[in-house]
Amino acid sequence: MTAAVQPGPQSRPRPSALTGFELERRGLFQQSLTVVWRNLLHIRRMPEMLMDVTIQPVMFVLLFAYVFGGSIAVPGTNYREFLLPGIMVQTIVFSSFVVAVGLTADLEKGIVDRMRSLPIARSSVLVGRSISSLMHSSIGIVVMAVTGLLIGWRIRDGVLDAALAFLLLLVFGFSMIWLGILVGSMMRSVEAVQGFMFTVMFPLTFVANTFAPTQSMPAWLRTIAEWNPVSSLTQACRSLWGNGDPAPASAAFPLHHPEISVVVWAAIFTGVFAPLAVRAFRRRARD
Amino acid sequence: MTVDIAVEANDLVKHFGETVAVDGVSFAIPRGTVLSMLGPNGAGKTTTLRMLTTLSVPTSGTGTVAGHDIISDPDGVRRSMGLTGQAATVDELLTGRENIRLIGRLYGIPRNRIGPLADDLLDRFSLSEAADRIAKTYSGGMRRRLDLAVSLVASPPVLFLDEPTTGLDPRSRVELWDVLRELVRGGTTLLLTTQYLEEADTLADEIVVIDRGRVIAAGTPTELKDQAGRASVVLTLSDVAELDRAAGLLRSCVSEVHVEESQRRLVAPADGLDDMTRIAGLLQEHHIEVDDLGLKRPSLDDVFLHLTGHRAEEEQVPDDTGEGSSTPPHHSEAGSTVREEALR
Repeated sequence: MTAAVQPGPQSRPRPSALTGFELERRGLFQQSLTVVWRNLLHIRRMPEMLMDVTIQPVMFVLLFAYVFGGSIAVPGTNYREFLLPGIMVQTIVFSSFVVAVGLTADLEKGIVDRMRSLPIARSSVLVGRSISSLMHSSIGIVVMAVTGLLIGWRIRDGVLDAALAFLLLLVFGFSMIWLGILVGSMMRSVEAVQGFMFTVMFPLTFVANTFAPTQSMPAWLRTIAEWNPVSSLTQACRSLWGNGDPAPASAAFPLHHPEISVVVWAAIFTGVFAPLAVRAFRRRARD
Repeated sequence: MTVDIAVEANDLVKHFGETVAVDGVSFAIPRGTVLSMLGPNGAGKTTTLRMLTTLSVPTSGTGTVAGHDIISDPDGVRRSMGLTGQAATVDELLTGRENIRLIGRLYGIPRNRIGPLADDLLDRFSLSEAADRIAKTYSGGMRRRLDLAVSLVASPPVLFLDEPTTGLDPRSRVELWDVLRELVRGGTTLLLTTQYLEEADTLADEIVVIDRGRVIAAGTPTELKDQAGRASVVLTLSDVAELDRAAGLLRSCVSEVHVEESQRRLVAPADGLDDMTRIAGLLQEHHIEVDDLGLKRPSLDDVFLHLTGHRAEEEQVPDDTGEGSSTPPHHSEAGSTVREEALR
């Protein structure tokens, strides 16, 4: 035992960070922005994190457009024009993947605990994560748009319609983020998240009108595909950008009202997944 | 004058399903002092710490940190404490400076104050040179120091440290101890968990020994050592052949003598200098040469063995996460029986 462990004199000034100035009162939004800043720094430090919204979808575009494209007939347009909205939808649906991986990594590494030990709104971790993931996926949309323009995809309808399509992508992406938070809170490792999400996301984005018209699918599969929310979003983008014919008369109900369907689906997903996600996150973070 | 209590645990209990991780832990830490929770992996140290730092909700019981109740005023608790977790939870992809900036901004420290504050903290923890390198490139000791620096961003009056030196090399460990002593001199109250007896011995004003979720002993390091029994005289003879003769002589003046032949050593209980000089005189009289003669107080390791029947550091299984510590380690047969009974 040395004298040093004895309690020191209380009068000695502590090198205090807080003397001399007040802490700012910052709300949920500002705290979330700080978390966003941190998440974006991650992307800057590890640009390969963006591969899932850059190289990967570009590869998909090229593969589908040039390898399979020739053998897929699409009504009213060429395959590349048909494909681009599908790829964009896939990219935005995968934002749930981005959220889940990021959240699980932060939980695993104790970053979430560190933030929860601070006097901040506890949801700022989630809100920050959601905003940065939407930005992450938006980069993918921009990359896809540029790639599309290079290989012959065009926006053929008005600017407002085009903007509405991008807005619908974001709205749907927002609802998918809740699924990501739910999965991220439930899984114990990044590997588990990847395994689960691949298993869910591939059927979800492929059993749809994203890469091939639904008309040529077996009847039962076609029904599933046409009711798939992913198809509504793809159909909405195609129709707002003028990439191909409207859905045939034989198509399921949602494809005849794709824009409204997207909003309804997004509302349902948010309504179902958001409470579950918040509960799972709280439970995960409680013990 | 009443003692100013900085941290109080009041019969804290935590169940994880069927497992009882913490089974009624209570203690109080006077302001400006250091309390060490000592115990093996899985004893419930981390879980207790998580409850006090509002990361985990107690199954029952309560506690206060700087006067704020951990259940009814968690935000008050969070404003008054810093936490350095078991795995140094710095953000690996951020630089040292950015790590401080991140937590500082979340606390609400004004943007223009953060720069000088970060410089000051980095300097205090000898991280100035590495300030703009990402934390991934830091050594274990540097990470711990950064973790500690980050915990101090808002100068909390109470600091919680969960096994702050686990995995550090001896030199970094001593350096970190110096930093902690410095903080205590400045008036900070520390609660640290450790499975290193030496660490508790060096730093703590008071030690709470925890085993299987319960406090099995508490007191100053000296008090605990006294509990483990008397001091003993340890003799190392020059010639192993003299061991038996020396043992015989000693038996004439002390109650018992242990012979450790391989070490050429005799160990006998002794109360102090009187016993020691008596033994020394006796040996000199009979011309028995001694290499070494000393009085040994029981170590905290002896204390632990005495209290629990097993050594504190026998299980070196790394405790990977907070949840990990909730799983009881593999105790001896007898130990697990006790545990199962406790669960029923």
